[in-house]
Amino acid sequence: MSTIIVPEAVEAESTRWLTPQQRYIPMLATFSLLFAMFTIGSLRYENFGQPQVLLDVLIDNSFLLVVAVGMTFVILTGGIDLSVGSVVALSTVLSASLLEKHHWNPILVMVVVLLMGVLLGAAMGVMIHYFEVQPFIATLAGMFLARGLCYVVSVDSISINNGFYTDLAQTKIPLLGGLSVNPSVLIALVVVAVGAYVLHLTRFGRTVYAVGGNQQSALLMGLPVGKVRVSVYAISGFCSALGGILYTLYTLSGYSLNGVGMELDVIAAVVIGGTVLTGGSGYIFGTVLGVMVLGLIQTLISFDGTLSSWWTKIFVGTVLFVFILLQRLISVRKI
Amino acid sequence: MIAKIAPIYRHRLFWPVAILILLLLSNLFFTPTFFSIQVKQGHLYGSLIDILRLGAPLILVGIGMTLVIGTGGIDLSVGSVVAIAAAIACGHIAGLPNQDSVSGVLIAIAMSLALCVVLGLWNGFLVAGLGIQPIIATLILMVAGRGIAQLITDGQITTINSSPYSLIGGGYWLGLPFSILVALVVFALSAVLVRRSALGLLLEAVGGNAEASRLTGIRSRRLVWLVYAFCAVTAGIAGLMISSNVNSADGNAAGLFIELDAILAVVIGGTALTGGRFSLAGTVIGALLIQTLTTTILTTGVPPETTMLVKALVVTAVCLLQSPSFRARISRRRAKPVVGPDIEQIQEQRKVPA
Repeated sequence: MSTIIVPEAVEAESTRWLTPQQRYIPMLATFSLLFAMFTIGSLRYENFGQPQVLLDVLIDNSFLLVVAVGMTFVILTGGIDLSVGSVVALSTVLSASLLEKHHWNPILVMVVVLLMGVLLGAAMGVMIHYFEVQPFIATLAGMFLARGLCYVVSVDSISINNGFYTDLAQTKIPLLGGLSVNPSVLIALVVVAVGAYVLHLTRFGRTVYAVGGNQQSALLMGLPVGKVRVSVYAISGFCSALGGILYTLYTLSGYSLNGVGMELDVIAAVVIGGTVLTGGSGYIFGTVLGVMVLGLIQTLISFDGTLSSWWTKIFVGTVLFVFILLQRLISVRKI
Repeated sequence: MIAKIAPIYRHRLFWPVAILILLLLSNLFFTPTFFSIQVKQGHLYGSLIDILRLGAPLILVGIGMTLVIGTGGIDLSVGSVVAIAAAIACGHIAGLPNQDSVSGVLIAIAMSLALCVVLGLWNGFLVAGLGIQPIIATLILMVAGRGIAQLITDGQITTINSSPYSLIGGGYWLGLPFSILVALVVFALSAVLVRRSALGLLLEAVGGNAEASRLTGIRSRRLVWLVYAFCAVTAGIAGLMISSNVNSADGNAAGLFIELDAILAVVIGGTALTGGRFSLAGTVIGALLIQTLTTTILTTGVPPETTMLVKALVVTAVCLLQSPSFRARISRRRAKPVVGPDIEQIQEQRKVPA
């Protein structure tokens, strides 16, 4: 293996500024797609070329971005988290119920919701690591549990009139040139920055990649595999709960049918962003691009006006196919 | 002799069967007539028959899923295939001048199952032809398939009124619901095919190690194509059943989450998601367990919203009871595992001579 890698590394060194490193290719492809979609959109539709359109994509998908960051951690270790959509729904219902029916302090509500996400995630992590239940099944159980708890809290939609929440939801943060974003976007960007820092610049992040690369090797190297595997699910739970809070702000209500099928969108965004599902390879920034691609597909379809909503699913499926094919071609070339 | 009897609780189907029986018995508290089966107008009626009838689509999808999982794969697209099969069949029947025409219904069924074969081959092509990870390869059709189903039905719910078609999901034949018979025939055929020929062994070999089995001369790629096509066909039949039961096709909701229930049924039945070993009988028990759970919740008057909660608890319980390290933790007789099941197995093997 090492004999193959060495000449490649030398080659990469000599032509460093001309050809991108192979590990960046999926991300560059996503970026090119995003650029192409934006260009086509600007040419075809009036007002599409405004920077505010891109910011609106961020505003409409900030919750998705936060959840996708958590999912990236899990997928990097070679796991998967199917519970995210349900946890998002549970945090919206829990927030709305605690605020409107029990009149709790908004800050306390947020803390409780986030804690709930962490606990749920950690419980799934414990099941996965210590009891060797496959991630797919353990998080499936978590998905049912969270969705079931939603219905126990409230079957009906609860709208939120709490001043703190409505203020937060309606605040606009002006940027240069008449553009604006909302606090959710800022929160999402902070989560992205923290996620990128933890993954790329801390010991914990390196261990995440090592566990995803080869769990057995990581264990034999003395890395805290158990701690990391439980932690990534706790992180994903935290991100889902935070995503749920952002979703609550976005819709100003809590409803137990929120986020049905969101786990698929999130997994698709992570994969389109270039993270490999077997683990060990991928970047948070790629995930950001993946979420933007999904958001822009929706924006394109709504700008077009003649295409029905189900074309979104068909387009997402097609993009997913192209990117998986691309990843596959790259990995074949590597061997 | 005692050594042979003792490990009955260690049989891999012990816990699923025990929980299924427990669930069935617990129904007696709420409905004393739960186990009674009556004959009305030459048809069998009763709660048990209902469980079988409503569980038939899940059993069908589960059988296909078992074989796919046995080869080390997974098929997330079955729910979308259910929706597409229903949409094609109902779409064709809705366009017939006479919806009761048997030949028209047969053509509709043939068309939709043929399309299912194509969809299955597409999955097989991605997995075996291009070498894409199964969970991701089938995710493509899972996402896009819902859109395709809605495209076929034009976003509407296609309702039909065809008596030959409604036989599949709601009709009776020889006193038994037709859907049970279909599920039974598919189960018997696949069980005979995989256990009375070398096919099952070959599938397990592919699941154990695809590359090694290819090197020993097994056409592993062709087998993978085959199981995905088979799985899509079973999902297609389930789709016909579901749509025939309600006489309509809903591209959005038909077969929603059936892939999760099917995977759950397979896992409860003792088939590991890692592949290399599968149990069709276990899957049937798993599917019946899930259906019994749903029916029990409906009949006991517990709010139906809690179905998912109870499902989560049962899944967790079954998975933990089947987990070797969990069992090791709760029984003091065995040593604590250090890394995983491999170490534990070695420890057990070492204990045998002593």
